[in-house]
Amino acid sequence: MSAVTSHAGTLPRPQLHIRTASRRDPWRGVRTVLRYTVLLIVLVFCLFPILWVVATSVKLPSEYLRNPPVWIPEHPTLVHFGNVMAQKGNLALKNSVIISTGATIFSMLVGSLAAYSLARLDTGGRHFAFWLLSQRLMPPVVLVVPFFLLLRDLGRINPALGLDSHAALIALYTVFNLPFVIWMMRSYFAAVPAEIEESALVDGATRLKAFRGITLPLAVPGLIATGTFAFIFSWMEFLFAVVFTRTKAVTLPVAIAGFSGSQGSNWGQASALAVVAMLPVFGLAMLVQRHFVRGLTLGAVRG
Amino acid sequence: MDSAVDIVEIAPRTESAPGGPSFATRRRIEGWLLVLPALLLILGLSIFPLIQSFALSFQRWDLQSQEHPFVGLQNYRDVVFDARVWGALQNTGIIVVGAVVMEFLLGLGLALLFAGDFTGKRFAMPILMLPVMVVPIVVGLTWRMLWDNQYGAINQTLSWVLGRDVNIIWLAHRDSALFAMIVTDIWQWTPFMFLVLLAALSSVNPELYEAAALDGAGWWQNLRDVSLPGIAKVVAVAILFRALDAFKIFDLVYMFTQGGPGTATESISWYIYQLGFKFFRLGYASAVSFTVVILMTILATLYVARFVRGTEA
Repeated sequence: MSAVTSHAGTLPRPQLHIRTASRRDPWRGVRTVLRYTVLLIVLVFCLFPILWVVATSVKLPSEYLRNPPVWIPEHPTLVHFGNVMAQKGNLALKNSVIISTGATIFSMLVGSLAAYSLARLDTGGRHFAFWLLSQRLMPPVVLVVPFFLLLRDLGRINPALGLDSHAALIALYTVFNLPFVIWMMRSYFAAVPAEIEESALVDGATRLKAFRGITLPLAVPGLIATGTFAFIFSWMEFLFAVVFTRTKAVTLPVAIAGFSGSQGSNWGQASALAVVAMLPVFGLAMLVQRHFVRGLTLGAVRG
Repeated sequence: MDSAVDIVEIAPRTESAPGGPSFATRRRIEGWLLVLPALLLILGLSIFPLIQSFALSFQRWDLQSQEHPFVGLQNYRDVVFDARVWGALQNTGIIVVGAVVMEFLLGLGLALLFAGDFTGKRFAMPILMLPVMVVPIVVGLTWRMLWDNQYGAINQTLSWVLGRDVNIIWLAHRDSALFAMIVTDIWQWTPFMFLVLLAALSSVNPELYEAAALDGAGWWQNLRDVSLPGIAKVVAVAILFRALDAFKIFDLVYMFTQGGPGTATESISWYIYQLGFKFFRLGYASAVSFTVVILMTILATLYVARFVRGTEA
């Protein structure tokens, strides 16, 4: 408010708006042209790299290793998809699905309960909520060393919980997602009016029943959006995955990174696997388009 | 508790039910019970490891030694004199500042462009969001191919534009490799800034623009006196989030240069990863981690005090 109202008081008013109205028109054509030119450049810039990796995935080495580069595949082929999936693609895809799904389910279960408590019962107050959020802002590399020792020790007791296991990454991603899930769901629960639930409580329903029967169903859109984001974050994670997996639990990003190395080596297969990793996220993103801004800012900004 | 009368009895929070704890106490217990699973997970898998790492940072813990003797502040003293730590921090700083500043400016420009309604907006928006949704390792792979000096499209495009043969080996030199990482980060994350700023701009009270128009404010005055003050707080938060995120940069380093040539393009995350899992100096890696966390906390706290708290609009 302040900037304009104080401004308004100091400026003389008469007739100025008429001048601006007539001044604006001549520029309209120029601005339209400018707008669409910029828009075109931006859209090309956004799409080009994505199309490049898709194109590489269907090029033979004789095309993607040519100088100057060939933009449009001359002899499109799906051979890389067949090869990469048969070798390590299938396992990586399966691992990624298992780990991301597991982490999503657990973080949503545990996170929603906590979020509900924060939103409705104000547990711990604002400081507690911010402390939870701050967990998310720490650089993950800090936790890599202690996690490594922990998983190594757990693996000696039970290999299914140690390094290179699904369970390890599921647990880590669950914790990694929790602050996000709690903050997102807190804002969705807070948007459900408390009155409906309170009348049920008064009628003798338990807290958990009121939560499950009333608030949770009303927060389903938020639940879907948050769960989708949790899945996407787990799907994309690389640092923990590359440190804590060897062969059995390798996820898609680790498998893709495994192709890096010397120039041009296996770019076709790497790109094919990249397309396999990329497309599901695009599909899921369409589901949550409306929640995008909120999701990317942990609920700090409403889109 | 099933009649209307109970409402009257329960409504005052301090009223205690016969033979049980008060309503307020029960509420609080219920609240903490619901938080408990999350809290245990975070304590067990986030706080406890952090404490363990802190303890580790005072020990010599490497592959050769079977024992892990307590060495006091030795590791931290080594951090101060370790040129690779400061080199990696400098690289990370350059990337964070370069990328976040450009992302903010480009994102703001785009948001202003998109603030009005125009034909094709609904078609353009989903395409603009795509880069954010690309798996970071895939971004690394894709741009690794694009920056390639022989087979990449960037040198080729530059050759066309400049009309002469361009053969820059982007990823083989520190400056050009950092530049490449910044451009790639800008590609992936400008849409984030754009979306956040657009949401903020559309939530500025339209009456303010009307009042400004009555005062004869032009485009620039509108921007400076209405739009920017209106979105200052969101801008401050968005920049903080983006900077903290860019600070973690690891995937691009892994795909582009692996820190090379030599150690010229190491980011701090990359260096800690190398310390831990190439050299297995876990004690020292922990000390570097903690130094970084402390530095980051100080910077973030100063930033929040200066820009986020002070801009209540």
